[in-house]
Amino acid sequence: MAVATMPITKTTSIGVSTLQIARRAVLRYLRTPQLIVLGTIQGAMFLLIFRYVFGGAIAISGGIPYVDFLVPGFITTGVLFSGMGAATGAAEDLEQGFVDRLRSLPVPRVCFLTGRALADTAWNTWGLIVTAAIGFAVGFRLHDSVVNALAAFGLCVIFGFAFEWLFIMLGLLAGTPQAAQGMALLVFPFTFISSAYIPVSSMPGWLQAFASRQPITYMVDSVRALTQGQAAETLIGHSAGYLVVRALLWALGFVVVFGPLAALRYRRS
Amino acid sequence: MALIIEARGLTKRFGKTQALDGLDLTAESGQVVALLGPNGAGKTTFIRMVATLLRPDGGDLRVGGYDVRRQAPAVRRTIGLAGQFAAIEPAMTGRENLEMVARLFGQNRKNARSNASSVLEMLGLADAAGRLVRTYSGGMRRKLDLGASLVGAPKLLLLDEPTTGLDPRSRIELWDAIRTLVGQGTDVLLTTQYLDEADNLASHVVIIDHGRVVAAGTPAELKRRVGGKVIEVHVRTDDDVARVAQVLRRFDHGEVRIDQATRQVSVSVEGGGPVLMNALRAVEEAGLEVEDVALRQPKLDEVFLTLTGQPSADAALETTAS
Repeated sequence: MAVATMPITKTTSIGVSTLQIARRAVLRYLRTPQLIVLGTIQGAMFLLIFRYVFGGAIAISGGIPYVDFLVPGFITTGVLFSGMGAATGAAEDLEQGFVDRLRSLPVPRVCFLTGRALADTAWNTWGLIVTAAIGFAVGFRLHDSVVNALAAFGLCVIFGFAFEWLFIMLGLLAGTPQAAQGMALLVFPFTFISSAYIPVSSMPGWLQAFASRQPITYMVDSVRALTQGQAAETLIGHSAGYLVVRALLWALGFVVVFGPLAALRYRRS
Repeated sequence: MALIIEARGLTKRFGKTQALDGLDLTAESGQVVALLGPNGAGKTTFIRMVATLLRPDGGDLRVGGYDVRRQAPAVRRTIGLAGQFAAIEPAMTGRENLEMVARLFGQNRKNARSNASSVLEMLGLADAAGRLVRTYSGGMRRKLDLGASLVGAPKLLLLDEPTTGLDPRSRIELWDAIRTLVGQGTDVLLTTQYLDEADNLASHVVIIDHGRVVAAGTPAELKRRVGGKVIEVHVRTDDDVARVAQVLRRFDHGEVRIDQATRQVSVSVEGGGPVLMNALRAVEEAGLEVEDVALRQPKLDEVFLTLTGQPSADAALETTAS
């Protein structure tokens, strides 16, 4: 077998390794049609339930229709739902021996994480497009510039990327896909105790204290302000810029805290 | 001869379990080394150390002359690992799997493609190369897993229980594939629980138990020590068990083993067919009725019993459990 000789102590480049690992994870998603169909149906179902079942009972002050209030929250928290795929994916890679294979190859250690994060971000972005399309189909409309709407979309991609580090860490910590799913489900209550689906002002005071300060609320509100303009800013009580800066700081915080923790966990696994 | 593996006083502890307890092992280049031992003997721990997946607690380990602690990337370019759990991607085709590993080895697209092709060809998987691995049989997956460890053209191939759980036909096919590789000059370290596998593939067998080397040598040397083959006679009535044992004692190399519950008597013998015929004739002359007779390789437990005078860790575990 003719193999190009290469220096024996050299590791393969980070770029090539990351892309190869990401490609594999993306193919896993794409070639499991059940995952795509089920994910889409689930997302659509919950959106319809909130929009048509609960929606009638939830009044938003300031004259914003509930669908315009809900969809930004739904799209933003959608990255947490698709993020579960990152947790189970990482756990499967560990359980099925892919991590072992990788670590026996001359590949830089960090590439498992960068490859997964890249693939899961692509997967997330696809989910965002689908959710947004369903949102528009059930009556969601933009009340601000298209540029701001695109910025909001970009923010969601960033939020998804930030949460991935948490999910990858949980996946590596859990060790089995079932346990990973269980741990990822613990994140869900936090989407409800936020401004995603209902105004925080309707919660009891002690809960408001938490709900109005937690990262998901800042993220949802920044997307809301960028897509709904003045009316949303008035409702939230802050400018879009104020919200975006805080949301991005939280996102950065997630990467800074959970990135190294995931790396540490990977080294030990 | 250059040493491909050089382990001195290796230790590794997992909680309360001493997985490796001062393991010494050297393997020369040009050999197929089989690491033989029961479950929990430390085989997998050792192979994972050679693969740089585990760090030794103590002792020294050099692979291809490189230190596993300080020169891990060089060790990783020297080895190819095929595991107990076939680490290949079911959602990718056979070819895609091999090309990915080749690219991760640092090969460019063109080399990766041609290496994947020649490995697929060699393993007889060329026809299935474009199919998703999901549709492969267990034996095909195991072969592809072996292939994934080959695309990097490693100097040393590490096979952790390569045929565990395979049907007999796939097992023999995989053996053939491994033999072809050896013929091409690849060094192999494999772990197994089966004596016949070590006998079939290896030129040097190292028996380990409790994280230590119990015996080492060529298959022929070890077989001489345990006494070639085992004759196993199964009789119909309880009373005949003792009588058959009496007859077989004459052919005995080590000790007659009697299992009253299954009405089975076994003896280690030297040589094969002729001894079996003599033994059968003797049983017949004694007027005993035989249900079933077998001439087989000694089982791992019997090897341990002979070599160490003690049951293996595995057998000991079973005894305490029952």
